[in-house]
Amino acid sequence: MDVLGDGLLEALRLLVTGDEDTWAITALTLQVSLSATVVAFLLGAPVGTALALGRFRGRRVLLAIANTGMGLPPVVVGLFVTVLLWRAGPLGAFGLLYTPTAMVIAQAAIAVPVVTALTATALQQVDPDFLLQMRGLGATRLRALGALLAEARLPLLAAAMAGFGAVVSEVGAAQMVGGNLAGETRVLTTAAVLATSRGQFALAIAFGLVLLGLAFVVNLAVTLAQHRRQVAR
Amino acid sequence: MRPVRLATACVALLLSLAACGGTDQAAGSSAEKSLILATTTSTQDSGLLDELLPAFTADTGWQVKPLAVGSGQAIELGRRGEADVLLVHSPAAEEEFVAEGTAGPRRLVMHNDFVLVGPSADPAGIRGVPATEAMRKIATTQAGFVSRGDESGTHAREEQLWDQNRIVPSGQWYRATGQGMGATLRVASETSAYTLTDRATYLSQKGNLDLEVLNEGDQALLNIYHVIEMTKRAGDGVQPDGAKAFADWITGPRAQDLIGEFGASAGGARLFVPDAGKDESALGN
Repeated sequence: MDVLGDGLLEALRLLVTGDEDTWAITALTLQVSLSATVVAFLLGAPVGTALALGRFRGRRVLLAIANTGMGLPPVVVGLFVTVLLWRAGPLGAFGLLYTPTAMVIAQAAIAVPVVTALTATALQQVDPDFLLQMRGLGATRLRALGALLAEARLPLLAAAMAGFGAVVSEVGAAQMVGGNLAGETRVLTTAAVLATSRGQFALAIAFGLVLLGLAFVVNLAVTLAQHRRQVAR
Repeated sequence: MRPVRLATACVALLLSLAACGGTDQAAGSSAEKSLILATTTSTQDSGLLDELLPAFTADTGWQVKPLAVGSGQAIELGRRGEADVLLVHSPAAEEEFVAEGTAGPRRLVMHNDFVLVGPSADPAGIRGVPATEAMRKIATTQAGFVSRGDESGTHAREEQLWDQNRIVPSGQWYRATGQGMGATLRVASETSAYTLTDRATYLSQKGNLDLEVLNEGDQALLNIYHVIEMTKRAGDGVQPDGAKAFADWITGPRAQDLIGEFGASAGGARLFVPDAGKDESALGN
């Protein structure tokens, strides 16, 4: 049990003393996972909206696929992206493997189904007559859609947060496409795995706690920003 | 207004974090000469790479991306041209691989040794007997053995020892973790079982383990590392000049000194013996 206590102390020590490596790893984690979340939101939110509101063949199958994709194992995504980015692979010419960009690609692939499925669920829950009413009141299609998205903004935010939570905590894809290179692609999760395999358990737990703190600060920022907007109205 | 200020503070903190990450990253990727080294988990977990790679970069200007995987995966990455140079310890597999013709020169770098570790009570009685006999005793008493099971160099050596006894290990007493040496040692420690480990990883983690060295020193337990340069025959992306620079450097005097001093400088035991240019068949005598 003392490993847990040591881990907590170690985490505090690393943060308070401004350990350069820890801050760099934390910054990279944030950068990669936030970028991946933004990419996933830009791709997933429109698709989710189309799936929720569209009336086209295959819609339900696509919804089922998105829902299944929420459980995509990061290792499988990582392997897939790795093979694509290999020197001899179809995208090998770009030389992206073992770079943060590759990690963003893999993590975005993990988060897209999450954002898509949760966006679709969120918009389906808005009163189905809402769009009709808006149109009836003379709103253009675009403005009606805008009003719908504003109505559903909290669940949409939740979709983005769920995507962020999925990628910031995963280790399989980050390890495989990033390679856990010191100072280049080492993020909090892969650093924790390395520390564990080196038998540095307190350090590993410290990285875990820093990760937890990071996720908390991001969520707090978004929640408070949301709250402020509501207060401002 | 309170949440406003807190939210602003959070956002400012996150932005500054992300921004400082940005400069770090730009500095890291600005180097143009960068090669991929596929190596084994033991060189990373023991900390040897942390010692060697910065010196290599300072001496030659080559940046290194080290991929610490099992020897089996390292060789496969070389075969596919996804790595420029290999530092591995699975001699039988290496010789087969070099015979395929895609690899360039293969040179002796260093050795340490494998040891059989287990609970201090030693239920199978393997102290002081030859390594193959120790393995046979573990199997016949079904005393519990944890295997890497991951095609690593250590796993290959373990299988070789079983083979010499004509034993195909299976059953409740034999477990395969499929993980690295550190994880496997912990499983062995938690379940009071035997396992085969390289000495360096064991020594670096000894403090967390309830395991003792029970069998050591046999010629069959030598753990020999070679560096293998890859060539364009393995793939167009391979950088033979980088491979040669690394292989020349690690078999050169500076790296060999660093390898010999590694571990000893921290007040511990010497973890590796530098062997560049030696006759392989004379090792361990």
